[in-house]
Amino acid sequence: MARYESLLDACGGTPLVGLPRLSPTVPEGAPPVRLWAKLEDRNPTGSVKDRAALFMVRAAEEAGQLRPGDTILEPTSGNTGISLAMVAKLRGYRLVCVMPENVSTERVQLLRMYGAEIIFSPAAGGSNQAVATAKQIAAEHPDWVMLYQYGNEANARAHYETTGPELLRDLPTITHFVAGLGTTGTLMGTGRYLREKVEGVQVVAAEPRYGELVYGLRNIDEGYVPELYDATVLSRRFSVGTRDAVLRTRQLVEVEGIFAGFSTGAILHAALAVAHQAVRVGRRADVAFVVADGGWKYLSTGAYGGTLADAEEALDGQLWA
Amino acid sequence: MAIEVRIPTILRSYTGGAKVVEGAGDTLGDLLTDLDSRHSGLRARLVTEAGALHRFVNVYVNDEDVRFLGALDAKLSDGDSVTILPAVAGGAFGFAAAAIGDQKLAPTVEPDRRASAADR
Repeated sequence: MARYESLLDACGGTPLVGLPRLSPTVPEGAPPVRLWAKLEDRNPTGSVKDRAALFMVRAAEEAGQLRPGDTILEPTSGNTGISLAMVAKLRGYRLVCVMPENVSTERVQLLRMYGAEIIFSPAAGGSNQAVATAKQIAAEHPDWVMLYQYGNEANARAHYETTGPELLRDLPTITHFVAGLGTTGTLMGTGRYLREKVEGVQVVAAEPRYGELVYGLRNIDEGYVPELYDATVLSRRFSVGTRDAVLRTRQLVEVEGIFAGFSTGAILHAALAVAHQAVRVGRRADVAFVVADGGWKYLSTGAYGGTLADAEEALDGQLWA
Repeated sequence: MAIEVRIPTILRSYTGGAKVVEGAGDTLGDLLTDLDSRHSGLRARLVTEAGALHRFVNVYVNDEDVRFLGALDAKLSDGDSVTILPAVAGGAFGFAAAAIGDQKLAPTVEPDRRASAADR
């Protein structure tokens, strides 16, 4: 059945597609090692964040924290804002996004098109400046509601109740799940579900390693780990630099015809690492990874063409995931 | 045995401004002790008095998080690359969200959990 009562009902249920050309070749007689892509760009606004946005808004409605006409405030570097803007529009809320000015112009245009209002925090000054801006706005508007995706259990629950069951249904032989680590919601929710159902499943995180600007803290004690994060859910965690992320993003479209954003390239890099390790030890593997969004929003970076060094430079200082 | 170690901006005051330094050791713990002999004070910024990796520090061996490889006991080999980074999950905006989160809508997951997760 592919008919839905409204766009919100069309969230999730995304295709899982095999990658026969990118999957490693195994020696004759060895067990197969296969890569599978979960196409989360097929969600209503084109990213995996639709699942979390919908669950967080519903949870806040059920808890009586959101009433029609309320204003939602969310600091976001893009996709969550776009998802929330769509959900807010259809559910009757106003959305104000606080975002750093070093995000791609397509994201800004998309947010405005969906009806969100945007307040920029300066890129210079890194996270300290972002914190200062966000705090100031929050203090000026005590009646605005923040869903706080980094600590909102409905974010992880969206994946526990939807992404995880979908993966198990479509790939009962799954051995590895690989996703990006940001709010950690996708990995925590899907990871917990799969660990309960699949003995020995490996839950693998790929986190983007940005340019130095993003790590511009004054000292280590200002560091931050999302409240949702529980390291015991993960089996391994990879840090993927811009160059590897761009290389894999290009490979994905060149070899398999999947046009994805750069965070997906980082995730594929980690997925290939675990797949090749399985080949080396001669073990069967069905590696499912998340295609977090399509590449459309990142075209203006210019990082899909030219040399890898050019692309790396183009993305330096940008929040590409 | 030479191991390349990448130092984040905030810790370069200990390395005379160097982005990359070299060290030696069979484990991450040994390596940090070795580095501290030439870059005094560096180790104390990364390891707590209780002897665990600092909660807001991430260390990667060949791009993999050492907390999943034995933490300070993680084995090192000649030619390995070690990267030290402050924890900024979610990009810079994770901080902003956290900073105003308490004022707006209390997290539905207890903050205590982050300590246990990060110290593991």
